[in-house]
Amino acid sequence: MGVEGIGAPVARKEDRRFLTGKGRYTDDMSVPGMKYAVFVRSPHAHATIRSIDAAAAKAMPGVIDVLDGQQLLADGIGNLICGWMIHSKDGSPMRMGVWRPLADKTVRYVGDAVAIVVADSVAEARDAAEAVVVDYEPLPVVTDPVKALEAGQPQIHPEAPNNQIFDWELGDAAAVDRAIAAAAHVTELKIVNNRLSPNAMEPRATLGVYDAGDDHYTCYTTSQNPHVARLVMSAFYNVAPENKLRVIAPDVGGGFGSKIYIYPEELVCLWASKRTGVPVKWTADRTEAFLTDAHGRDHVSTVKMAFDASNRITALKVDTIANLGAYMSLFSSCVPTYLYATLLSGQYDIPAIHANVRTVYTNTAPVDAYRGAGRPEATYLLERTIETAARELGLSPAELRRINFIRSFPHQTPVIMNYDAGDYEASLSAAMAAADWDGFATRQAEAARRGMKRGIGMSCYIEACGLAPSAAVGSLGAGVGLWESAEVRVNAVGTIEVMTGSHSHGQGHETTFAQVVADRLGVPIDSVNIVHGDTDKVQMGMGTYGSRSGAVGLSAVVKALDKVEAKAKKIAAHLMEADESDIVIEDGALKVAGTDRSVPWSQVALSAYTAHNLPAGMEPGLKEGAFYDPSNFTFPAGCHVCEVEVDPETGQTKVVQFVAADDFGNIINPMIVEGQVHGGLAQGIGQALLEGVHYDPESGQLLTASYMDYAMPRADDLPSFKVSTTNTPCPGNPLGIKGCGEAGAIGSPPALINAITDAIGNNELTMPATPEKVWAAAHAGH
Amino acid sequence: MYETNYHRASSVEEAVKLMGAAAEGKYLSGGMTLIPTMKQRLAAPTDLVDLRHIAEMKGIAVDGRSVRIGAATTHEEVAASAALAAVCPALCGLASRIGDPHVRHMGTIGGSIANNDPAADYPAAMLALDATIVTDRREIKAGDFFTGLFETAIENGEIVTAVRFEAPARAAYQKFANPASRYAMAGVFVARRDDGAVRVAVTGAGADGVFRHPGLEAALAANWSPDAVANVTIDASALLSDLHASAAYRANLVKVLAKRAVAAA
Repeated sequence: MGVEGIGAPVARKEDRRFLTGKGRYTDDMSVPGMKYAVFVRSPHAHATIRSIDAAAAKAMPGVIDVLDGQQLLADGIGNLICGWMIHSKDGSPMRMGVWRPLADKTVRYVGDAVAIVVADSVAEARDAAEAVVVDYEPLPVVTDPVKALEAGQPQIHPEAPNNQIFDWELGDAAAVDRAIAAAAHVTELKIVNNRLSPNAMEPRATLGVYDAGDDHYTCYTTSQNPHVARLVMSAFYNVAPENKLRVIAPDVGGGFGSKIYIYPEELVCLWASKRTGVPVKWTADRTEAFLTDAHGRDHVSTVKMAFDASNRITALKVDTIANLGAYMSLFSSCVPTYLYATLLSGQYDIPAIHANVRTVYTNTAPVDAYRGAGRPEATYLLERTIETAARELGLSPAELRRINFIRSFPHQTPVIMNYDAGDYEASLSAAMAAADWDGFATRQAEAARRGMKRGIGMSCYIEACGLAPSAAVGSLGAGVGLWESAEVRVNAVGTIEVMTGSHSHGQGHETTFAQVVADRLGVPIDSVNIVHGDTDKVQMGMGTYGSRSGAVGLSAVVKALDKVEAKAKKIAAHLMEADESDIVIEDGALKVAGTDRSVPWSQVALSAYTAHNLPAGMEPGLKEGAFYDPSNFTFPAGCHVCEVEVDPETGQTKVVQFVAADDFGNIINPMIVEGQVHGGLAQGIGQALLEGVHYDPESGQLLTASYMDYAMPRADDLPSFKVSTTNTPCPGNPLGIKGCGEAGAIGSPPALINAITDAIGNNELTMPATPEKVWAAAHAGH
Repeated sequence: MYETNYHRASSVEEAVKLMGAAAEGKYLSGGMTLIPTMKQRLAAPTDLVDLRHIAEMKGIAVDGRSVRIGAATTHEEVAASAALAAVCPALCGLASRIGDPHVRHMGTIGGSIANNDPAADYPAAMLALDATIVTDRREIKAGDFFTGLFETAIENGEIVTAVRFEAPARAAYQKFANPASRYAMAGVFVARRDDGAVRVAVTGAGADGVFRHPGLEAALAANWSPDAVANVTIDASALLSDLHASAAYRANLVKVLAKRAVAAA
C-alpha cells in the first residue's frame, strides 16, 4: 500500500468542511423566492377526518396556501408503496393498505400528515398550521403488535383483516419438529427486540423546486439513495417522469436506514411547489423526527433450539411477530423476512431451521430498516439463545459455539444463504484473548469485594451485506435491482472525478473511494474527487445501506477503473512505441516494465484529449462507466465480548469492557472502519441499555417524543472500545471487501445482555436493560 | 415559539416595573425549562423579563457559616465557588452535576427553585439545609416555599432574589440520574447540624415534588451512620411512577441514596 492507497489510515478529506461548519446540508440550500412549509399533523393515533377548514389559516399573515389530501388526490399523486412483495405461506400476496402522502379520510398514527401550509417564514407557517381546523372523529387504537392480531381489535386498514399483513415462513417445519421431538435438550426463550428511533443528527428536510418554464422539478432531500427516490417518485407516485425530476442529496448528517425511504414530505413539497408557484422548503424539528422517521426493530419472538447428546444444534424453530406500524414503508416487508430469517443459522452448522413471521399493522409510526435491519434481530435471538443453552447444558459459551461453528466454506445454510468465506474460530479466539477471558474470575472476585456483580458475555454474529445479487433479490420479491454504477472521468490534466451511485452520509466515501483510485493509478488522493448524491451528475445508482458501498459501489468503481486503465495503457504503449502488455502503472506514471522508459499519467490524459497522436481508430477521451451486480451477498462476521459491572443496590449497569474482533474482508481505510465499528457499538449498546420507543397503549400517543424521555447513549455510557479485525478476504468481489457499517450494532446487544444476565444470575431480562429492570431481575434471580 | 418581547432588567425594581407593564409576562432566569417549553409552543408569555443581569441578584457571600447566594447565580458559579466549598461542599457538588456545561452556565439557582421541577436538584438542598428564600417582598422558609409539582409560595410578580442558609456540620447529596434527561430519578440531600439535628430531603421521587423524610431523619438523628438507614421503611405509595421508574424502585433508590449520602457526608 502507498501512504494514501488501500489499507492506509488516511485522514478523511471531508472532515475539513464538516469540522469547520462548511458542510452543505439540505436545510442550507436556498433558492430565489423560496418559502417554508409546515405540516399539519394528526394529534390522534386513529381517527376519521370529517372535514378540514383552512379558511382562517389561509387568511393569516404571510400564508401563501394551505393544501390538503383531497387536492393531492385530485392532482393524481399516487399512494406511497412498499417496494418488496412478500407472499404469505398460503400463496396470497401481502395485504398492503393505502398510504396517502396527505391523509384524506383516515389518520392512523400520531404525526400522520394531513395538510401542508406554505408561508413566507417557518413561524408564520406554524402559526397558520395551528389555525387549520381538522374535525376528527377518534377511533379505537392498538399499538401492541401481539394484541393487534387478536380478534376484536381496532381494524387499521380494510385491506388487512385482523391487521395481519402477511404470514410468511422459511425453512422445513416438519424437519424441525422431528428434530425437536428427538432432541436431547431443547432451549426455549421468548425474545423481544425493542423498538428504536433512528435519531440521525440531521433531521429530515426537503426543498421542492418546480420550474414552470421547463416543466421541471428539483428535489433537494436528506436521502441515502437519491436515484431510488427519483425512480420511485417517477414510476409510482406520478410526481414527474425521471427526465423532468432531479434529486439532489447533498451532505447528509446520518441516516442509519431512516433516510432510505421516500416519505410524504418530499413529494408533497414538490407538488406544493407546482401548486403554489414557489420553491417550498421543509425541515423537520426533533419532535417530528421522533414522530415520523421510520422506527426500527419491534419484534416479539419465541425460539426453540434443539441439541443432540453431543451438544450439536439439530434444529432451530422461530416464531416472530413484527410490528410494521401504521403503513408499509418502502422496504418494510423485506426487513423481518429476507434480511432476518435468512440469517438465523448464524455462525453455526444447523441442519434444520424454520421461521414463521407475521407482520402487523398498528397505530404507530411506520417501521423499516434501522442499522442492521433484520440481522440484529436475528443475531440477538440466536446469540441470547445459544448463551442460554450453554448455561443450561453446563458448557462454557465459547465451547458450545465452537462445537457448532461452520468450519468449511462455501457453506449452504437451510435458510437460503451460501456463506462464501469466514474463520469464526479466529475472531472468537482474538476476542477472548483481547478481553482476557481467562482472567475474568479474578476480576469478578475483585468486583465482588466492592459489592459489585461482574458479568461477561459474548456474541458471535454474522450478517449478509453487499446487497445484493439483482436476480436473486428479484426472485424473492424485490421491486428493484441491487447493483451499483460508477463512472471514472479522467480530466485532461490527469485529475480524476469518480461518479458513484453510492451515497455518503457519514461513511467517508470521499476518502475511501479516492484511496482506491490513488492505489490503482498512483496519484495523490487530492487529485481524485468523488461525486455523488445528484441524479443530474451521476446517471444511476441504488444508494447506500446494508453495508453495500464498499462491496458493491467500490466494485463498480474498480470495473470502470479497469476500463480506464486498459485504454490508458494502449495510449502509453502507442506514445512509447512499446507493447501494451509491457505497460505497468506505478507512482503516477505509465512505464515500460523492465526499462527506464515512462510517460507521466498526466501526459497520457492530455494525449487522450488532444487526440493528436492516438492509436489508429481510438476514440478521444478517457472516461469509462461500469455497472456491478454482485454474484452473492458478503458475510461479515465476528465476535464481541462484553464485560459489565452491575450495582445490585440500584441495578445500574456499567459497561467496563467491550471487545470487538471482526472479519470485514479487506479494508481500505482502517481508521474509518474503526470509526464505523465505534458508532455501531454505541448504537447497539444504546439499544441494549438505554433506548426504547414507548407509545401509550390506550391513546397511541408517543411517550418518548424528546430526549427528556428517549435515552440516547452518551460518551460516559460507553467504555473505551477494544476493536481489532481478523480478516478473510471476500472471494466474491474484486477488492475482497465484506462491509463494516452495521456490524457494531448487530453484534453488541446480545453480548451486553448476555453479560448482564451472567452478572445477575437471571436470564429473564428485556432490552433496554434499564436500572429498574436489572434491579428487579437481580433480586428475582436470588 | 410564539412572538414575545424580551426585556433585560438591570435592577429588581426595574424588573418588577417591567412585569407590571406586561400583559402576560414571565421572569426569565436562565430559561432552561421556560425556553424549551416556549419553543414547543406550550407556553406563550407576551413578555420575558430577564433577571440574570441584575447585579444585586448575583454572587455568593460566605460569612462564617452564613451563606447567601444571589438568585441569578449560575450553577457553574455555585459549583466553582471556593468560599462555598469551604463550608458546604455538598452544594457545590450538587450544582456541578446539574444538566451539562451549557445548562450550568445558563441556569440559575433562583430559576431552579422558582420553577420547582419535581426532579430538580436544588429544592432538595434548600429543604435539607433549612434555607430561607428571599424575595423582593419577604422571606420564606424552604419548608413553606415548595408547595407541589412546579408550585411554590411565590405570588404573581414576586421575584426570588437570594437564598440564605447556615452551613451544616455535615452534608451530602446523592443523585440517581434519569438515563434520558439526567434529571434526578431520585435524589437525597442529607444535612446534620452541630446539635445533632438531621434533615433529609428527597427530590425526583415524590408524587407531590420535593419532600422531607421524617423516618430517615429520626433514624439518622439517633444514629448518624449509613447502617441506620437499613431499618427505615420508605413508603412507596407517596412516590412517583412513570415511564422511567416505578414507585417501588424509587423507594429503593431513596434508601440506597440516603445510605450513600450519609457515607459521603
